[in-house]
Amino acid sequence: MIDIQNLHKSYGKLAVLRGIDLNLSQTGQISAILGPNGSGKTTLIKSILGLVIPDQGDIRMDGQTIKGQWAYRHHISYLPQIARFPENLTVTELLAMIKDLRSGPTDDDALIQLFGLGPHLQKRLGDLSGGTKQKVNLVIAFMYDSPVIILDEPTSGLDPVAMIHLRELLQRARQQGKIILLSTHIMSFVDEMADEVVFLLEGAIRFRGTLVQLKTQYQEDNVERAIANILQGESPILA
Amino acid sequence: MLKIMRYTLSDLLRSRWVVIYLSFFLLLTLSLLSLSGDVSQVVISLMNIILILCPLVAVMFGVMFFYNSREFTELLLAQPLRRTDIFFGQYLGLALSLSASLVIGVGLPFLIYGLFASAEVWNFMVLIVIGVALTFIFSGLAFYLALCNDNRIRGFGLAILLWLFFAIIYDGIFLLSLIVLRDYPLEHYAMAMTILNPIDLARILILLKLDISALMGYTGAVFHKFLGSLAGSILAFLALALWVVLPVWRIRWRALRKDF
Repeated sequence: MIDIQNLHKSYGKLAVLRGIDLNLSQTGQISAILGPNGSGKTTLIKSILGLVIPDQGDIRMDGQTIKGQWAYRHHISYLPQIARFPENLTVTELLAMIKDLRSGPTDDDALIQLFGLGPHLQKRLGDLSGGTKQKVNLVIAFMYDSPVIILDEPTSGLDPVAMIHLRELLQRARQQGKIILLSTHIMSFVDEMADEVVFLLEGAIRFRGTLVQLKTQYQEDNVERAIANILQGESPILA
Repeated sequence: MLKIMRYTLSDLLRSRWVVIYLSFFLLLTLSLLSLSGDVSQVVISLMNIILILCPLVAVMFGVMFFYNSREFTELLLAQPLRRTDIFFGQYLGLALSLSASLVIGVGLPFLIYGLFASAEVWNFMVLIVIGVALTFIFSGLAFYLALCNDNRIRGFGLAILLWLFFAIIYDGIFLLSLIVLRDYPLEHYAMAMTILNPIDLARILILLKLDISALMGYTGAVFHKFLGSLAGSILAFLALALWVVLPVWRIRWRALRKDF
């Protein structure tokens, strides 16, 4: 479905991605992109969405290159890391706007109910709290039935109840046979939800495999320690 | 593009700054009209304010709008939309909301005073058209500057510098060069220098329309001879139109290459 080949990207002298090869075609699977800050997670995600234009390499979706294309994004739902919306529009107006811009059937009513956004629908987006904005963000990301879902730090700012709903939504999407790609720093979330892990370090993929493979290879029984082992193996010996 | 423009417009028209801008023009025009019976004088007073204020508000509001909506722009970019549609839509919404404040704020008092029936209506129209053109030019330039600079402080700094340059510094350099080169025939040089600054160009167009170019001395006479003619006016408006197109072209160029 999504095929990334030899992807390179630098910002000035800073090389953020150095030759990423990644194929995401297993449907009904949640892949977690992990890595320390600045390892290129967001840049990789944004390259797939066409927000970042790669220096080298190619990204193909269903066999077609995405370079200079825009219609392929009909097949992708995206949750950005930071939720900020036009301050003077209401929640209802924002949802109407997205639906107007991107046609197709939606199930936003069910999601609004799920996240308890009903009382906030007529409020200005500028007046909403950070957590509520993130819920609006989630509604936008999940209201379309697209085969690919990309989530950048979906857990940030969510209360425990909303976290439970997010897990349910992800599980349902997995059962529906979607390809799900998410980045997060919360390892317990990975341990619970992810089927496979892609570990980025300094712009290259250092490890890719299932959770079981990760744990057996690094002889640990939790993800956090296994990841710490990868990092320690890479870092120079401290004097 | 039109959809993005419509939503940007409906967001911005409710923004506090646009409302303040509108009420400022309303109050200003109303008080000027009630103080002076001579509409020509009112138009000149308004011109002096519009020539300075429209570009200033357009650059400041332009960069502010871009940086404020940056994260939302990312969300839009991830939707199945063309990049150029998103940015042109936002730019049009921005420029139109500011232009609407100007047109309503200045136009409503003129309407109340029943001046649309008088002979002065054409002077007023020229004033409005030029104010709108300046709003489009400078909000476009600001939008482009913001597009080029991810650092907000730098973006704001450059935007203020841009305004300062065209509104004040340019005239200083222009006058200085006229003094230094006073032994040479300067008509064509002066004309070219004027066309290169949209604010100067706008000022000359209004002054010529008001037929007070005699106040501008010798150069004014040359200008009047040239710009007062039909061909001259067309050329001047064409130059202004080019100034409107220039930022649009740059925005397109930059938007297609930028990483978000």
